[in-house]
Amino acid sequence: MDLPTFLIQLLNAVQYGLLLFLVASGLTLIFGIMGVINLAHGAFYMVGAYLAFALTGLTGNLLFAILLGIPLAFAFGALLEWLLYAHLYKRDHLEQVLLTYGLILIFEEGRSLLFGDDVHGVDVPALFAASIPLTDTLSYPVYRLVISAACIALAAGLFLLIRRTKLGMVIRAGSHDRDMVQALGIDIDRTYRIVFALGVALAAFGGMLAAPVSSVYPGMGNQVLIISFVVVVIGGIGSVTGALVASLVIGLADTFGKVLVPEYAGLAVYLVMAAVLLWRPEGIFRRG
Amino acid sequence: MQRTIANAFTTKDAKDTKERQRNLVSRASPDEVRDRGLQAFPSFVTFVSFASFVVKALALSVAAIACAQAEDKLRVGLMLPYTGTFAALGNAITNGFKLQVEANGGKLGGRAVEFFTVDDESDPAKATENVNKLVKRDRVDVLVGTVHSGVALAMAKVARETNTLMVIPNAGADEITGPLCAPNIFRSSFSNWQSAYAMGREVAARKHRTVVTLTWKYSAGQQSVEGFKEAFEKEGGKVVKELTLPFPNVEFQPFLTEIAASKPDAVFVFFAGAGAVKFVKDYAAAGLRASIPLYASGFLTDGTLEAMGDAGQGLITTLHYADGILNPQNQSFRLRYAKAYKVQPDVYAVQGFDAAQLLEVGLTAVAGDVSKRAELVKAMETAQIASPRGTFTLSRAHNPIQDIYLRKAEGKENKMVAVSIKALADPARGCKM
Amino acid sequence: MRLRASRVALLVAAVAVIAFPFTDSAFYTELLAKAMILAIFALSLDLLVGYTGLVSFGHAAYFGIGAYATVLLAPKYDPASLWLVLPGAVVAAGLAALVIGLFVLRTRGIYFIMVTLAFAQMVFYVFHDTGLGGGSDGIYLNFKPSAAIGSLQPFDLGEARQQCWFVAALLFLTWWFLARLLESPFGRAIVGIRSNEQRMRALGFATVRYKLAAFAIAGALAGLAGSLYAILFGFVTPELLSWHQSGNVLLMVILGGIGSLAGSVGGAFAFVAMQEVFSGWTKHWQLLMGGVIVAAVLFLPGGLAALPGRVRRAFGAGGG
Repeated sequence: MDLPTFLIQLLNAVQYGLLLFLVASGLTLIFGIMGVINLAHGAFYMVGAYLAFALTGLTGNLLFAILLGIPLAFAFGALLEWLLYAHLYKRDHLEQVLLTYGLILIFEEGRSLLFGDDVHGVDVPALFAASIPLTDTLSYPVYRLVISAACIALAAGLFLLIRRTKLGMVIRAGSHDRDMVQALGIDIDRTYRIVFALGVALAAFGGMLAAPVSSVYPGMGNQVLIISFVVVVIGGIGSVTGALVASLVIGLADTFGKVLVPEYAGLAVYLVMAAVLLWRPEGIFRRG
Repeated sequence: MQRTIANAFTTKDAKDTKERQRNLVSRASPDEVRDRGLQAFPSFVTFVSFASFVVKALALSVAAIACAQAEDKLRVGLMLPYTGTFAALGNAITNGFKLQVEANGGKLGGRAVEFFTVDDESDPAKATENVNKLVKRDRVDVLVGTVHSGVALAMAKVARETNTLMVIPNAGADEITGPLCAPNIFRSSFSNWQSAYAMGREVAARKHRTVVTLTWKYSAGQQSVEGFKEAFEKEGGKVVKELTLPFPNVEFQPFLTEIAASKPDAVFVFFAGAGAVKFVKDYAAAGLRASIPLYASGFLTDGTLEAMGDAGQGLITTLHYADGILNPQNQSFRLRYAKAYKVQPDVYAVQGFDAAQLLEVGLTAVAGDVSKRAELVKAMETAQIASPRGTFTLSRAHNPIQDIYLRKAEGKENKMVAVSIKALADPARGCKM
Repeated sequence: MRLRASRVALLVAAVAVIAFPFTDSAFYTELLAKAMILAIFALSLDLLVGYTGLVSFGHAAYFGIGAYATVLLAPKYDPASLWLVLPGAVVAAGLAALVIGLFVLRTRGIYFIMVTLAFAQMVFYVFHDTGLGGGSDGIYLNFKPSAAIGSLQPFDLGEARQQCWFVAALLFLTWWFLARLLESPFGRAIVGIRSNEQRMRALGFATVRYKLAAFAIAGALAGLAGSLYAILFGFVTPELLSWHQSGNVLLMVILGGIGSLAGSVGGAFAFVAMQEVFSGWTKHWQLLMGGVIVAAVLFLPGGLAALPGRVRRAFGAGGG
């Protein structure tokens, strides 16, 4: 592999890793703060992608679809928390696994009823439809660079939210001691609802961004879910920084695995995880 | 903790009652003894759910047997995908098959046809169970299916074991008319090897010396690549890199980067359906269309050209069917099909139609009497099928010996350019018939 | 008196299992065999979830390894010996569980759930992506294994009824084995670990070793189920190891009520019956399945096994 090719593959890897971060960050927040293992998180990614597909058809442009889709996803998340997840906080992990597994089935079939089982494409917005020539044979689609930029902006926003705002403070405090926060007169239920809806919106946003690149297809959430689990395990539960680092590590392992050892590409990601487990069983950035 | 241990006692009910009760009394408080009464219920629940299951099963099997004796219709089992990625293909095959049956007044070989349908979802994991529904529950005379090669292999296995007559209207897995060939298994479509082999010769004829191949890592893709490579390297070309990605993954970017880096003379791919659309678009977006020519097995552009838009125009492919074949049976078929279903037929509809034609020949020879299996098979083996794709005969392994067309994508059509190879027969490697 | 009712129920169930294949429906005989195989699978998971307190979300891996081992150990063009492939599959799955257990038991809680899932996924990719077992297309067992010992042919698995009875025998054997195991000091120890691991450690138990042993035994039994599954259907795909399978078996265990052997068996039967009935109604049967799961968690903690007690309590409260 010569240097330009290596750099382009590096770009592919980072871009994949950043997209993964959008899904995994929501997952790790929900894990870390509310102690809920949410198998349906991949389904939110899928919901986002199908939202992008439906709304692009309606408005004619993916950008409008995303602007409309994010509040929709947030509201959907808040509703779901109120209806179902709020009942899960005091239950054991087993019941959480089961309920959210049931939700996956419901989301998948709901998707099948609403959209059928065909694979759909979503057009890249005309604004970003161009490609930039990188080598004599290869051009790089602008939209892929836009995805990365959007992910970086969002990651920065998330860090600011957690480190610098009052909500972030409550989130951080709440993950350590729920009862104490409540005793201080802070409405923890509301905080939980916001965090959960935020996680859903992040995953859905990831799905919307990825829709033109990955297509929109049945079962698309499952693959993302399990890789996100790996990210959370490597990064450490509840750590957004850990999720970012781990996402990039997984992006690298996956992309270079595909190119260098195609037979074992699927395994590469899990081997990285096994190595981390041996080294630090609770993730690289484990907390307290 | 103690209560959980008690669970274990109540569950091994059948033995040692006395000892168990002694244990119960010695270890448990009176409260827990009362609770243990409840513990007895799990097995009761087991029994209730089991009993209702048994009753239902009995009722259904009695009904099935009663049906079998009541009517004298020809029982045709259609096992095709009606949901999932290949749903459109399953429907086209069904339409083609039924078009022929209805042209016969709802009969095959003079016998009225009763259809039994199972949606195989293109899921190999459920394939054996699904085919058993048709063969063992519904006791069909003829099995027709399917699209997905993995599912078709499972069907063929059951068909071999139960000696059920089977016609495959799509799945191209080479093994079915290779090492797994059997007297009762026929194919009205193609083998993966066939169309890709033709493309290997075409690419070599265009003076391309090096090729990179890319496909999903499943049998249809890999066998196509093998067929391509065999012909291409026989003509002096060289496949420099064989790239694969897991089915049905569509993240092509790392592979496109790899192709651009190795700068081959040409690229050969096998993709179908939505993955094909995505690939062709990505290939164009990466700027590769301009620098490295793309060739493929015809499934890349069948039913996908509209979705590909500009990116699909001018693609060169090979397949056993094309738009603009000028024979009378094709023209009549297209007219009738369009009239009956309000859509234009595709290669899958042709294959379904020919499956029914093939069965018609066999069943007519024995006047609908499926028990005369040897004569039936003989008639099918020697049949000349007047297919819309051009007349074909069957190889000793029961795969069509057919013309492979060179096609070029123009508008929404795969226009026939020429006959690439005339009467190409699959080598049927490993077939011991 | 209730104890006797349960014994009668079991006896009737046993008679029904033995008698059912005589109904001459090969399809339903096979379905019954499948339900019993899944019951073995569910029993093996219950040892972990219900008794050791380890929520494994990757148990399908061992089922799949058992199935693949059965096919890979069999010669391609001859029937394999049942007495080779069945133990072979059990050992292979048990060993895999032992090795993976070394990794996953370093974690606990949510981590344990995710890590078991991730390792199962890793095994999935071994079979899905490499040439070991036919890749994503799966691999075939061309001949049913032969039960012959020397010239003696005790039974013939090619015959649907005998196959069904053979599976039934192994189900009862597994059940009996687990009941015995749980009665033994080892069984007491793992149940103790479940309720309070700290205390057990303080009492001088090497708890990780106990958990590892339970994990390996559960894996081996899942391998037994997988092996029987491969023999029954003659076809193995990576889907057998997919996380949906892991989810389904967890569902069977919970549906029946965790920590109850009879519950696991009932859960497996209920699952197969539900699948059969729902998929007969609509092609969107997973929607109903999902609805049942969500409802079961929200309204039926404790599973089917707890249902009679809940009903009784409800009526008891009403009627005084």
